[in-house]
Amino acid sequence: MIVVNCPNCGPRNSSDLRPCGELTPRPDPSTASLSEWRTYLYLRENPAGWVTETWYCRNGCRRYFTIQRNTATNEIRDSEAP
Amino acid sequence: MAKQGYRYSAGKLVKHGLTRGDWPRMWSRPEARSSYDVVIIGGGVHGLATAYYLAKEHGVTNVAVVEKGYLGGGGSGRNTAIVRSNYLTPEGVAFYDRSLDLYNSMAQNLNLNVMFSRRGHLTLAHTDSALRTMHWRAEVNKLQGIDSSVIDPQEVKKQAPSLDVSSGTRYPILGALHHPPGGIVRHDAVVWGYARAADHLGVHLLQETEVTDILCEGGVGPDGKGAGGRVTGVRTNRGDISTPAVVNCTAGWASLISNMAGVPLPITTHPLQAAVTEPCKVFLPTVVVSGSLHVYVSQTDRGELVFGASVDPVGTYRVNGTLEFTEELAGHVLELMPGISKMRLLRQWSGLCDMTPDYSPVMGTTQVDGYFVDVGWGTYGFKAGPVAGETMAETIATGRDADLIAPFTISRFTEGDLVGEKGAAAVGH
Repeated sequence: MIVVNCPNCGPRNSSDLRPCGELTPRPDPSTASLSEWRTYLYLRENPAGWVTETWYCRNGCRRYFTIQRNTATNEIRDSEAP
Repeated sequence: MAKQGYRYSAGKLVKHGLTRGDWPRMWSRPEARSSYDVVIIGGGVHGLATAYYLAKEHGVTNVAVVEKGYLGGGGSGRNTAIVRSNYLTPEGVAFYDRSLDLYNSMAQNLNLNVMFSRRGHLTLAHTDSALRTMHWRAEVNKLQGIDSSVIDPQEVKKQAPSLDVSSGTRYPILGALHHPPGGIVRHDAVVWGYARAADHLGVHLLQETEVTDILCEGGVGPDGKGAGGRVTGVRTNRGDISTPAVVNCTAGWASLISNMAGVPLPITTHPLQAAVTEPCKVFLPTVVVSGSLHVYVSQTDRGELVFGASVDPVGTYRVNGTLEFTEELAGHVLELMPGISKMRLLRQWSGLCDMTPDYSPVMGTTQVDGYFVDVGWGTYGFKAGPVAGETMAETIATGRDADLIAPFTISRFTEGDLVGEKGAAAVGH
């Protein structure tokens, strides 16, 4: 079981939330080239270690927030709002 | 020089039984050379099949398969061993049907019993929309010459009498996609068969050898990695190996290896859990899959029920099992087969799946010369192992993407030409 700290709702089982994947910087849609945009859409670092990722508090306050999680151990730190 | 392989036969079985002599080792543990024509990273079904077909079909025998653990210790030994070819897109159907052909002749070709049991495959439909997708898949399949049809609940009951086809359940069974050529294979035997055959052809199987870096030159990125560069070798925990060709067959760890060559992948790694019950008398003659209930089940020849599910939603490299999984699994399975409520689970495990956005693999050449990928196999890698090996071997030997894998190259993501196979993934993801 992974416990995620929602900034509003406090510690919750990860099944109460929806993981939205690693945070990838979003290019400006009005200036980005097609290849930059598709890189943003599809390509992922997918590291085995610390990663900053977005979560959605699906069954609680419905807020999006970012946390840092170690994908090798599922250890979590730095729960913060975006 | 290829060694003469040891042939298994009934005569040898009697001889060993009477003399109690030791069987020869299935493959050797050679010392690594300082250079190879091809280095394949990952000693699972895909890597070993690629090595085998390179040696057998293309005469390339100066090949090493490097594996950080032991052969078949990753997804190849953790999957639920189901094979089928009733996919949704013509690309997918053509690909997996060739794989089924190769599985069919495998025991003969590799001289090892892989226990391929073509027992039929049922994908249950619990909603009208699911039933509609089944009809769609059946028509695509028939057009490609695949034996696949939609059957009604009475016929489902005949195929698998233990299923509850009454209308009072939460997810009533409205019909099923019946695919008679589908079935199960003993996955360990497939690994051993390819490993043994490749070893006999002169391929070096280097176990407990972990790749820590891929050496490149001429690329746009740091250390000559990345687009426009070419591969010169690999660095391992046992020293450097120089090679002009590196193949990534590492499933859940694919991104980590690919980042070493400066080739980012459209992959996230998710664990998929499975479980097996204690053995009992054989009562389930087919493979049963339910997309709505996120479960697939088959009964092995030993009598154990093997359950699989969808991938865990949280991407991670950690492979521990969870209580949520067993709870959910039990609930869903009992809804399908109330009669097995007294059965006990023997064990549960988890394996890493390399998931792509379009539920299709990433294969073939890349923007780095000499770096090939055979990754992104997600939850369906085992059933494609033989054909992936065959087509990757052709791609490496000729330097051009084989026809069957052309739709699956990495360039589809930069060109926006994805393959929509989600509708035919075994269970909802």
